[in-house]
Amino acid sequence: MADKVKMVKIVVLGEGFDVPEGLTIINALEYAGFQLTHGVGCREGFCGACGTIYREKGDYKLQAGLACQTVVSDGMYLAQIPFVPAEKPVYDITKLKPDITAIKDNYPIVFRCVACNTCTKVCPQDLEVMDYVQALIRGDIERAADLSFDCIRCGLCALRCPAEIVQYNSAMLARRLCGRYLLPESKDLTKRLKEIAEKKYDEELDELVNMNLKKLKEKYYSREIKLFDI
Amino acid sequence: MYPESMQESIKKVKKTRSERLKLVKSGKEIYAMMTEKERDVILNKFHPDYHSDARREIRIGPNKGEKLTTEVADLLETYSRIDPKDFDLTKPDYETDVLVIGAGSAGFAASLLAEENGVDVLLVTKLRIGDSNSMMAQGGIQAAVRQNDSPVLHYLDAIGGGHFDNKPELVRALTSEAPDGINWLKDHGVMFDRNPDGTMITKSGGGTSRLRMHSARDYTGAAICATLRDEVLNRPDHIKILEHQPVVELIKDNTGKVSGAVLYHLENREYFTVKAKATIISTGGFGRLHIRDFETTNHYGATCDGPVISYRAGAKLMYMDSVQYHPTGAIYPQQIIGFLCTEKLRSLGAQPLNIQSELFVNPLEPRDVESSAFIRECLERNKGIKTPDNHVGVWLDTPLIDQINGKGTIQASVPAMVRQFARFDVDMITEPILVYPTLHYQNGGVEINAQCETNIPGLFVAGEASGGVHGRNRLMGNSQLDIIIFGRRAGKFASEYAKGAKTGKLNLDHIYEYEKEVKKLGIDKSKISPMILPDYIPDAVKAKQLTTKYHGTLR
Repeated sequence: MADKVKMVKIVVLGEGFDVPEGLTIINALEYAGFQLTHGVGCREGFCGACGTIYREKGDYKLQAGLACQTVVSDGMYLAQIPFVPAEKPVYDITKLKPDITAIKDNYPIVFRCVACNTCTKVCPQDLEVMDYVQALIRGDIERAADLSFDCIRCGLCALRCPAEIVQYNSAMLARRLCGRYLLPESKDLTKRLKEIAEKKYDEELDELVNMNLKKLKEKYYSREIKLFDI
Repeated sequence: MYPESMQESIKKVKKTRSERLKLVKSGKEIYAMMTEKERDVILNKFHPDYHSDARREIRIGPNKGEKLTTEVADLLETYSRIDPKDFDLTKPDYETDVLVIGAGSAGFAASLLAEENGVDVLLVTKLRIGDSNSMMAQGGIQAAVRQNDSPVLHYLDAIGGGHFDNKPELVRALTSEAPDGINWLKDHGVMFDRNPDGTMITKSGGGTSRLRMHSARDYTGAAICATLRDEVLNRPDHIKILEHQPVVELIKDNTGKVSGAVLYHLENREYFTVKAKATIISTGGFGRLHIRDFETTNHYGATCDGPVISYRAGAKLMYMDSVQYHPTGAIYPQQIIGFLCTEKLRSLGAQPLNIQSELFVNPLEPRDVESSAFIRECLERNKGIKTPDNHVGVWLDTPLIDQINGKGTIQASVPAMVRQFARFDVDMITEPILVYPTLHYQNGGVEINAQCETNIPGLFVAGEASGGVHGRNRLMGNSQLDIIIFGRRAGKFASEYAKGAKTGKLNLDHIYEYEKEVKKLGIDKSKISPMILPDYIPDAVKAKQLTTKYHGTLR
């Protein structure tokens, strides 16, 4: 393979660089000699640090994607975005109600949505961003939380939004409200917390902490394994 | 889409799937778990840590004479990036009660608990806050919550999985506080996966004896880390944040206590000093050292900085001879080589298979054993599957998950994985994925006790940068748990300590003392640390970057 690598030209800051075909944008930038100190993070599509705006050869459209998840093409014109300086209001989650009041008080800007769907089109996770903004407007916290669950907070939605909405931060609030207030109580967990508060396991744990190695090994290798509940 | 050369083997996987499904449904063990002896044999022969040159003796510092991972020893036997005489420590740029270094989930948990305990926090980080391995964790977080489970069983699994090297007091804290950790996260608003009746959905993981893995789809780490980040940002009065400023050295006072740190601003290249009554290191692990040339699942900033600066200040390391290779790193297509394919896939029933579509190991052995079995299958038995660019791996039969658990399970349970492979034209719902072990986790670190204290007063460590919790092998879901339980503990105990601490005259003398030893070894002046960021620039380009001076790997 190595002897026949096809090269493509990418354009960074107006300058052309030849890089091997098939590289992601991050790897291509490094191949071109840039040591990245921003606009780069986990490199696996989970952190949202590498949102990128680019234009492909012969196309007028500005496209967006994650630099670690997008493969370069010949003539690709690139601009890295260090981060989006979006607003994040300060609130006390213990004093909010999981309904429309929390949204009105903290993210009134979502009500400016003009339903243009630009956010959905730009989302590198293919989320229904506009739909979750509409859910927020209706005060449907659970729906907004569910639709935005896979958001990695790259901020590309906020960057392209003509109504200046900070979609990804408002969705974070929705998920927190949902996780804290709207999911049903886990009775197993409540019961276990009570047992622990009553020190039910302390004696057995102390015994394990002080157990000699031979006995501990015996106990480990003879323990019963119950793995499947299907 | 897989190339023609791999299609024949895929056909076999499809052909044997119904038989393997029957085996699962029968309730029998699908492949025998290894005995203690079998585990020892396979680890000794195939685990990368056991290669003759995988470890070497460290010649200076608190662990002098001990064998450490070679790349770690190389990184420790180096000079500082700074010269202490350039700093006027009588006028620190920042003063705080508790300095938290590293803004992943451990740093967040520590900051929140310290703030709640009534002290001021300065949270500093190399890149943006939240840019961390925490954010990337997929599969889950362990806590013994089910009725047929208990913290006692969790303790046994963790210490057995760690080959009984774990510090018992740490395992006790980890496992007994786990349910409370889950509850704390839930109260902050983490949306754990639930059954309709509200009970937590729990799955198995390698080396667990009960269903104990809590998840938030396969964005578990992101759900936790982003929630805690949001909460940290809600407390600006007492938690101040500095981004893009990695710590390059610790500062001590005239009584030998750790009393702050030196920061380096990555963008404008200024250095700043911080005076602190207590310092918490929560900098994460070392995947970007690419130990033994392995690809890694780790974040760009995972370069072992915390243990390096701690060691130079005199902190003792524990189990820095032990590296975790995650069994299932992607090995095809080439753009995602080394990326994590969550263990949750195997929890849900995906099976590892060789080129003949045969099972060759129980899918849920502890990670080191499982990885060693994959390596044996590929390198000794030659039963791996070759990719067009000459990598080799084993199949992970993901379509089986839907057949076991019902159609739609894969899409609903591991959307991140489906998305990851789909971006590069592999449909893991209908086709198996190809995997090979990848560098995943730093098992050891700075030795701590249950209060997260080190052997140096004023220095606390939590999370992957610490050593002792997991022995020499961590189980799935115990790292997310570790960063929450010990992050909180570090915040609590460091803030307590800070309330009574008096800081003396600041100095960086330990750097001179350490460098004297480095010099005696005849080590080249260009070798400096911490690394801060890895270097992926080709040599040909570097040769033309004539006026650039490389410091370690960062210019």
